[in-house]
Amino acid sequence: MRPLRLLLLALAMLAVALPAARALAPDEVLDDPVLEQRARELSAELRCMVCQNQSIDDSDAPLAKDLRVLVRERLVAGDTNAEVVDFLVARYGEFVLLKPRLTLQTVALWGLAPLALAIGLLVLFLGARRRRGAAAVAAGAATRLTGEEQAELNRILSRDREA
Amino acid sequence: MIIEIGHFALILAFVLSALQSVVPVWGAVTGDRRLMAVAPPVAGMMFLLVGIAFAALTQAYMVSDFSVVNVVENSHSAKPDLYKITGVWGNHEGSLLLWVLILVLFGALVAAFGRNIPMELKAATLGVQGWVTAAFLLFMLATSNPFLRASPAPIEGNDLNPILQDVGLAIHPPLLYVGYVGFSIVFSFAIAALILGRVDAAWARWVRPWTLLAWMFLTLGIAMGSYWAYYELGWGGYWFWDPVENASFMPWLAGTALLHSAIVMEKRGALKVWTVLLAILTFSLSLLGTFLVRSGVLTSVHAFATDPARGTFILGILVVFIGGSLALYAWRAPMLKQGGLFAPVSREGALVLNNLLLTVATAAVLIGTLYPLLLEVLTDEKISVGPPFFNLTFGPLMIPLLLAMPFGPFLAWKRGDLAAVGQRLYAVAGLALLAMLVTAWMEGAEKILAALGVGLAAWVICGAAAEILSRARFRDVGLSTGLARLAGLPGSAWGTALGHAGIGLTLLGIVAVSAFQEEKVLTIRPGESVEISHYSLAFAGLARRTGPNYVDDVGHFDIYRGGVKVAVADPAKRLYTARRMPTTEAGIVTFGLLSQVYVSIGEVHADGGADIRLYYKPLVTLIWIGCLVMSFGAVLSLFDRRLRVGAPKPAARKMVAAGQGAE
Repeated sequence: MRPLRLLLLALAMLAVALPAARALAPDEVLDDPVLEQRARELSAELRCMVCQNQSIDDSDAPLAKDLRVLVRERLVAGDTNAEVVDFLVARYGEFVLLKPRLTLQTVALWGLAPLALAIGLLVLFLGARRRRGAAAVAAGAATRLTGEEQAELNRILSRDREA
Repeated sequence: MIIEIGHFALILAFVLSALQSVVPVWGAVTGDRRLMAVAPPVAGMMFLLVGIAFAALTQAYMVSDFSVVNVVENSHSAKPDLYKITGVWGNHEGSLLLWVLILVLFGALVAAFGRNIPMELKAATLGVQGWVTAAFLLFMLATSNPFLRASPAPIEGNDLNPILQDVGLAIHPPLLYVGYVGFSIVFSFAIAALILGRVDAAWARWVRPWTLLAWMFLTLGIAMGSYWAYYELGWGGYWFWDPVENASFMPWLAGTALLHSAIVMEKRGALKVWTVLLAILTFSLSLLGTFLVRSGVLTSVHAFATDPARGTFILGILVVFIGGSLALYAWRAPMLKQGGLFAPVSREGALVLNNLLLTVATAAVLIGTLYPLLLEVLTDEKISVGPPFFNLTFGPLMIPLLLAMPFGPFLAWKRGDLAAVGQRLYAVAGLALLAMLVTAWMEGAEKILAALGVGLAAWVICGAAAEILSRARFRDVGLSTGLARLAGLPGSAWGTALGHAGIGLTLLGIVAVSAFQEEKVLTIRPGESVEISHYSLAFAGLARRTGPNYVDDVGHFDIYRGGVKVAVADPAKRLYTARRMPTTEAGIVTFGLLSQVYVSIGEVHADGGADIRLYYKPLVTLIWIGCLVMSFGAVLSLFDRRLRVGAPKPAARKMVAAGQGAE
């Protein structure tokens, strides 16, 4: 299934500009390693909007380059990571975030998998309890003798004593 | 002429698939042996016909027949022969033809090797396989015909997308498709069981080998695709949580769950109803993947709306098959008898836990993949769901799964003793702890997460080894008898151990690369050197090289370690002339089988310098070696004697069938 992804990716690249520059060029790298590290971490969570599901850190597109430079400018200007993200969301919308924020619209996105796990565990727990109940009843029925069986047993035992 | 023969064969195959859809199923339901006997020869004929169609298209590519639209759009006379052949499936129409070819291949395999499947089950299974075949052949003939002629025929073709001109493409899609489509046969078995209203011992025995086969190919296909992206895309990523990757990963996760529930069903007769559901879900996810990739819905919801013919058709197939099979399941599943009681702490219980975690993980990937599409359709709101989301939702589910993994094979069926198993795993836990401490000591306390990851990987790998060693019972029987016992272990025991160890190796590779990778981005000029890890790379400069349909700017690096030249790397920037499209050919050198130096070239400067991205990737190859180990485990499991000869013989089967008729 990869071919199509690559095909689309290639088409997207082709549509943007030729020849494409490689992701993260040396001239973009900040001198301050701490700031650069923060820039890399932020870049990995920001989407290159003209690409097929690529972060701006990975993308070759000129737009991604612009965004990488922009992120670094904001960081150098003293923004916190949250401020940089807010700035980009204000400009480009929620679409720019690869990790969607928890809002009314994404409650289901974040909540469904944990909910599925909880339901699954509950079903297993109830199932195990019911089975244990059933097994106990079955075991009880198997070990306790009915009146008839007790009488039969007494009869056999008394016959043995007589003999 | 050959093209028309191919086209005609495809139409004939469609007619036969329509016949196959009805006649044997009707025979199975009414008990008419003559109608049931139709299925195997028709399955063979369909394979032959689709094979002819595939050969016809391949021939058109080989001779560069530019009177065929498909060849014009995706080939070029100067393309190397290998890529002429692989170009057959490097496009929408051709890849669908491959998809259908594998579908009918599996039908033919069941017809040929399924001699000891009960006749009704076999007929109904092949009939259901006929439904899927008919749907996809109709889809091809109606919307995606690879045999359309171009008039007037152009002199030259448009060439294949350069990124796809790679040996990776030769192997990747066929492997993936065999896996993907292989689950169709398990699906057909499940639907047949629902139609016939019984899940008997023969059913249970047949599901596991077919699942194993499909799973093995899917594992290899995904691994191959991952490695291909790693060396071709130029930044050394191996997994992107891209929707198209997820499309193949979801059936893999569900298939892995199916593999495990099928064990419980085969050995203990429990979880039948659940296994049937998983079989349906696994193939449904394969169909969903086909829809996602083939409909264009991923590029944009709007692209789907503007060219609706293909998308709508596949959506229709999807709705009919998934909706229909789930409805059939809801109707018929209550009639299947549940068997085999077991305590929560038991081998069955461990496998149920595995199924719960894998199914929820599948759901997490499914939700992340579909949510942005649905949200956009419903509210016109666009959001992105990328790797950070999947790492947060999928990742945590894997931790309990991997922690529990070594316990599973040690637990007894029906009722296990967790404390006793824990005691047998003391040594394994000790080794895992040791691995954790050594990592923390070597890499520093700030890499604590990495240390935990290494510990977890060691726990899984040593756990798998401990299980195999405990079966040898060296302490009781001595070395030579122990070794003999090891050699005599059933294939499925080795399969389990290698499957589990493989996951551990892959995990170790992932942890090592994410935590300990070194990266440098710089501009380098001829004569300069750059250090990474223990290595020093001296850049000799760039040279122009001309290939059959491209030109390369090749950079030459001499790699030194401690002043001694140990290797060379020749990364290239390649331009494919027909499409004027650049690609990156990374220079990758493997040291000690496991770790790699990875260098790729970006912008080239006028003074002969180049922008490069340079990585040292420790233990990176373990990611794919782990997948190979897993697949090898599946092979050993497939060759388990009990799977091959253990199925009841025809004479014995009647008794079994009679005995289990009530189920």
